[in-house]
Amino acid sequence: MFAMTTIKNKMNYNVNEKGYYGEFGGAYIPEMLYPNVEELRQNYLKIMAEPSFKEEFNQLLKDYVGRPSPLYFAKRLSEKYNTKIYLKREDLNHTGAHKINNTIGQILMAKRLGKTRIIAETGAGQHGVATATVCALTGLECIVYMGEIDIARQAPNVARMKMLGATVVPALSGSRTLKDATNEAIRDWINNPVDTHYIIGSAIGPHPYPDMVTRFQSVISEEIKWQLKEHEGREKPDYVVACIGGGSNAAGTYYHFLHEEDVKIIAVEAAGHGIDSGESAATSVLGKEGIIHGCKTLLMQTKDGQITEPYSISAGLDYPGVGPMHAHLAKTKRAEFMSITDDDAMKAGLELCQLEGIIPAIESSHALAIFEHKKFKPNDVIVVSLSGRGDKDLNTYINYFKL
Amino acid sequence: MNRIQQKLQENKKLLSIYFTAGYPSLNDTVSIIQDLEKSGVDMIEIGLPFSDPLADGPTIQASSTQALKNGMTTEVLFNQIKNIRKSVSIPLIIMGYFNPMLQYGVEAFCKKCSEIGIDGLIIPDLPVDVYHEQYKSIFETYGLINVFLITPQTSVERINFIDSISNGFIYMVSSASVTGSQSGFGKKQTNYFKRIAEMNLNNPQIIGFGISDYKTFTQATQYAKGAIIGSAFIKYISKYGIKTIHEFTKNIKNTNN
Ligand SMILES: Cc1ncc(COP(=O)(O)O)c(C=O)c1O
Repeated sequence: MFAMTTIKNKMNYNVNEKGYYGEFGGAYIPEMLYPNVEELRQNYLKIMAEPSFKEEFNQLLKDYVGRPSPLYFAKRLSEKYNTKIYLKREDLNHTGAHKINNTIGQILMAKRLGKTRIIAETGAGQHGVATATVCALTGLECIVYMGEIDIARQAPNVARMKMLGATVVPALSGSRTLKDATNEAIRDWINNPVDTHYIIGSAIGPHPYPDMVTRFQSVISEEIKWQLKEHEGREKPDYVVACIGGGSNAAGTYYHFLHEEDVKIIAVEAAGHGIDSGESAATSVLGKEGIIHGCKTLLMQTKDGQITEPYSISAGLDYPGVGPMHAHLAKTKRAEFMSITDDDAMKAGLELCQLEGIIPAIESSHALAIFEHKKFKPNDVIVVSLSGRGDKDLNTYINYFKL
Repeated sequence: MNRIQQKLQENKKLLSIYFTAGYPSLNDTVSIIQDLEKSGVDMIEIGLPFSDPLADGPTIQASSTQALKNGMTTEVLFNQIKNIRKSVSIPLIIMGYFNPMLQYGVEAFCKKCSEIGIDGLIIPDLPVDVYHEQYKSIFETYGLINVFLITPQTSVERINFIDSISNGFIYMVSSASVTGSQSGFGKKQTNYFKRIAEMNLNNPQIIGFGISDYKTFTQATQYAKGAIIGSAFIKYISKYGIKTIHEFTKNIKNTNN
């Protein structure tokens, strides 16, 4: 009896049956999208539970993506900061980031729903590449929306998508970055309601997307548990750390630890040129409750409710909202939110190159930069999600460091 | 009885016009509304511009962006139209996305609308279910009619539900598309118009999206109580200026000759 009451009173960090995380989430969508989103809502859990789905998903993650991704003890980095730092190497996945975990899941979902045309939005281009890849793998048509600014700063990924057979459509409205690419993808879905599945690339959007994406990405923390057991003799780290754009690598990294109160959660946002500079993407600090891309969440906006244009050197974090799960983690203080400037992230990225021989994506560099700002105990075990590799960012690194 | 309900009882096909408040210039709002009424339009949708209008095509997107650049805000709009009922008597509806209303405060927003004499709201991204559970009583307190959309993909069951909680008209989206992307109606659409007409719903339907001229207006109103024109009107005033509104209405009603 007693035990049951405690469980009942314990905070729930997962989505509830109505599609909310606390007060955040839901499906604030125009009626035109209702049939598609409802179809997905009614089917996603059922499909994900099918043995044949699970088998195909796991097989592809193993043979095609190359999972499990290593959990690497970063010895020299740990020495420098006098603590124990493990890197979850999502950068070693096929296509170079965690994004592929989700696109594999969603393409199998789309197939089972009988869809023949795939659309996606992309910021850094990693999700676009991961989507183009699974479309090539399954022979489905692929259209990727990408902000004009991002097309310029992530040129190698644009080329990769094209080589993989995808059509890349520039988003020319607004700030011409991730937010606007997402608007265009949603408009495409409104215009093509029957044959098309929209593969959202982060833990955002109308319910059930945040939950579905989180479940596909949860393989990250599932692996961390048994891998850490091998390394440290225990499943639970003291901290899990991840950068947050929309929040998919973070959601996957936290998932199996959400209700383990002794595992502390750190979420790292992009401060851009600084929180107060007017050029930032630190939503948990600058945002207020609002509605973006179909969900209620924390959102950077004017007093009048117009969505603000964010800024970050990293295209993948350059988004004015966060997924509703993370808004809830911020509000309940389950997670500690930190924000890291462009400069600090770039420095941390270069440091990882030189201490560990790993060139990280600039998104991931934000998570690595916390060690300059927060002191950990020598025996703390900290798992950082190294969400992607830095190949796509070479141009930015070259310009920044005048290499 | 609300002005919308009264208007719907008139024995004629209704022409409703959408425009974006604050476009082409910030202070055009009142004169556009007055001229639309004088030109013979039956109902007006005042668009409250939003930075990220998901359900809108390029024309309304561009007018919204310009309106925001011109300085349009919720407060500015309310101030511009606070005395509108001294000069205009046709139904006025505010059409906008939910976030600006949420930030203003849904109740405060509704109260203000009612004080001004706004008759209804169209909020494309406020789902029927959320409205029904959380906001219906507020709308009712302030005598506002909330207008819901249906599309060719909306199930019969859902149409019946929407009909049951509507008390004005149903906004029938002509085809699966964002605003402004049609150039005429084919068999597929007229079949859909027919199918809905034959459902004999409690609420009359007004068709919107893709109505642009006399031909599409007549086609649509063959099956529905009225039609709404948005993008075509905005294109027209962008090209010819706001002094030509009566010409636009005449063209739609084909009363030029
Ligand atoms: C390498 C990498 N990390 C992180 C992100 C941020 O996305 P999310 O917050 O969904 O993990 C991106 C997005 O493009 C990315 O490419």
